[in-house]
Amino acid sequence: MELTPQEYQQLVQKHVKPSPLGKDMLWAFVVGGGICVLGQGILDFWKAAGLNEKDAATATSITLIGLSALLTGLHLYEKLAKYAGAGTLVPITGFSNSVASPALEFKSEGFVLGTAAKMFTIAGPVIVYGISASIVYGIILVILGAL
Amino acid sequence: MIGKRMGIGTIKFDRPPRVRAWAAVGGKKEKEGPLGAEFDKVFTDTMCGESTWEKAEMHLQKVAAGMAANKCKIPISALDMMVAGDLLAQCVASSYAARGSQVPYLGVYGACSTMAESLGIAACMIDGGFAQRVCAVASSHFCTAERQYRFPLAYGGQRTPTAQWTATAAGACILTAAADDYAPVRITHVCFGKICDLGITDANNMGAAMAPAAYDTLRTLLSDTGTHPEDYDGIFTGDLGKVGSRLLCAMFEQDGMSIADRHEDCGKLLFDDKQDVHAGGSGCGCAASVLCAHLLPRLADGTWQRIILAATGALMSPTSVQQGESIPGICHAIVLESGKKR
Amino acid sequence: MQYIYAFITGGIICALSQILIDKTKLTPARILTSYVVLGVILAAIGVYKPLVDWAGAGATVPLLGFGYTLAEGVKTAVSDSGLLGALTGGAKAAAGGISAAVFFGLLTALLFKPADKS
Repeated sequence: MELTPQEYQQLVQKHVKPSPLGKDMLWAFVVGGGICVLGQGILDFWKAAGLNEKDAATATSITLIGLSALLTGLHLYEKLAKYAGAGTLVPITGFSNSVASPALEFKSEGFVLGTAAKMFTIAGPVIVYGISASIVYGIILVILGAL
Repeated sequence: MIGKRMGIGTIKFDRPPRVRAWAAVGGKKEKEGPLGAEFDKVFTDTMCGESTWEKAEMHLQKVAAGMAANKCKIPISALDMMVAGDLLAQCVASSYAARGSQVPYLGVYGACSTMAESLGIAACMIDGGFAQRVCAVASSHFCTAERQYRFPLAYGGQRTPTAQWTATAAGACILTAAADDYAPVRITHVCFGKICDLGITDANNMGAAMAPAAYDTLRTLLSDTGTHPEDYDGIFTGDLGKVGSRLLCAMFEQDGMSIADRHEDCGKLLFDDKQDVHAGGSGCGCAASVLCAHLLPRLADGTWQRIILAATGALMSPTSVQQGESIPGICHAIVLESGKKR
Repeated sequence: MQYIYAFITGGIICALSQILIDKTKLTPARILTSYVVLGVILAAIGVYKPLVDWAGAGATVPLLGFGYTLAEGVKTAVSDSGLLGALTGGAKAAAGGISAAVFFGLLTALLFKPADKS
C-alpha cells in the first residue's frame, strides 16, 4: 500500500487524541487568574508601603519575577506548569521562568558561555520584538506629532 | 539475489551470529515502570553520581557494556569491536564511554533505532568473519535529550498527548560467532530500513513520523523472507508509542493483514499509563533496555522461539525542525531466534 | 471587588492562550512574543488602558501588560523628548522587569542545582 503525505496526514488525524482543551483551559483560567490576584495583592502592598502608582507596578513585576525565579530554582514552577499550561506561561512569572530555567540548566557549560549566553534563548524574542514594537510606536507618535 | 541477501533488502546470515550475554540498566522512572524488576541495575539517582547529565549517560553505557561482558566472563578489552550509539550530538555519550576501552570503536547514529542498527552491523561483522566478539550498545538519558532537543528541565512547558518520554536507560549485547554453543539467542536476519518521510513536521509526534518507516521495513522483511506475522511470537517495534502503534496497525489493516495480536511496542512496555509519559517511552535506551531486560531473557529460556525487533528512529535535528523540514523516519528490523532449538 | 476583576481578567487571558497552545502549532516563545507585540498595539490604539483601570493586576501581570508598559513608557518619553524618547522610552519603562529577570536568573543558577523531572 502506498500512501501519499496527504492521505497519511488524514490517517494521523484520525489516530491522534487531541489535548483535553476544556480541562486545560480550566486549569489555565484558575492558575492564571490566581497569579493575577497574587499580583494585585502585591500591588496593594507596595501602594500601602508608600510607593506611587507607577513604582508600585514596577515593584510588583520585580516581586513576581523574583518569586518565580525562586520557584524555578526549587523545581516547583515546572510542576505547576505541567497542569497550568498557559496559566503559568502568559503571566510575567512565565517570562521569569523562561529566563531562570536556561540559566540554571546550562550552568554545566560554565557561567559565561552557559548560564549567561543561554539565558535569553527562550525569552530573547519577547524583548527583541517588544522593544522594537515600542520603538515603532514611538516613531509613529513623533510623526503624528509633527503633522 | 546474490550472496547473503534475499528479496529486496533482507540480509540472511549463513552462520547466524549469536547473542551471548546482555545487560540492561535504567533510571528511577524505568525502575518504577512495569519492567523495573527485570533490569540488571537501576540508578535511583539519575545523575549516577556524576557532575553532569552527559557524564551520567556515559556512565549508564559503560555500566551496561561492562555488565554484559562480565556475564560471559571476558574483559571489555578482549572484544574485537564495539558498535555504540546514543542521541547526543556527535554521539558523545558513546565515544566517551568507549574512551579507555582499547577496543576498535564504531559510533553510529540512528536516533531511537540505534540499538537495532548497532546489532545489525555487529551481526554482519561477525557473519562476514571480520570479528569474533562484538559489543552492540545504545543509551539515552531523559535529561541530556531534553536539554538538547527541547527545553531546559526547569522550564514550565506542557507536553502534548502525542509527546513521548525519553528513557534514561542503556542496553548492551555481546555477540559471538555461530559456533558459540553457550550463546542462547541467534540473529538470523537483518533488514536495514530506508528513510521514509510522509511529511510529518510535528517534533512532538514522533510516533507518527516513524510509523511509515516501521511499516515499510516490516513489509519488506515479511515479504523477503516469505513469513507472516503469525510465524513470530512477537513483533516489537522500537518506540512508536501509542500513536505510532495505532498508525502501524492501521496501515497493515489497509493491506488486509492484522499484526495487532503479535505487535507490541518497547515504548509502551517500558512505562505504564500512571507514569504520565503521554504516548510512551522513546530514545535509544528504550528499545535497547527493553530488548536486554525483557525480550532476550524470554528467547533464552525458550518462552518464545522467534521474534522481530524493529527499532524505529526519527532522524531530525533541532535545526532541521526550526527550518521547517519534515521528519525523516527510519526502522531497522532484526530477527532473533531462541538458540535452544536445533 | 478589584481582586475578583483581576482574577476573571487574568484567567480569561490565560484560558484564551491555552486555546492557542492546544489548537495551533505555535511554540510558547511565539505566543509570548505575539502577546507582547499585541500588548503594544492594544495600548497604542487606546484599548488596553481602560482594561488596566478596571482589572488592575489582572491586565498588567499577563505579558500583554508588559507590552502595555512598553507603549506607555514610549508615549511619555516621546512627549518629553521627541524622537529620542521613541528609542529610550520602552526600554526605560521595562528596565525594572528585564533587570530583575536577568539578576534573579543569575541568582537561581548560582544557588540551585539542575534536577531530573519525574
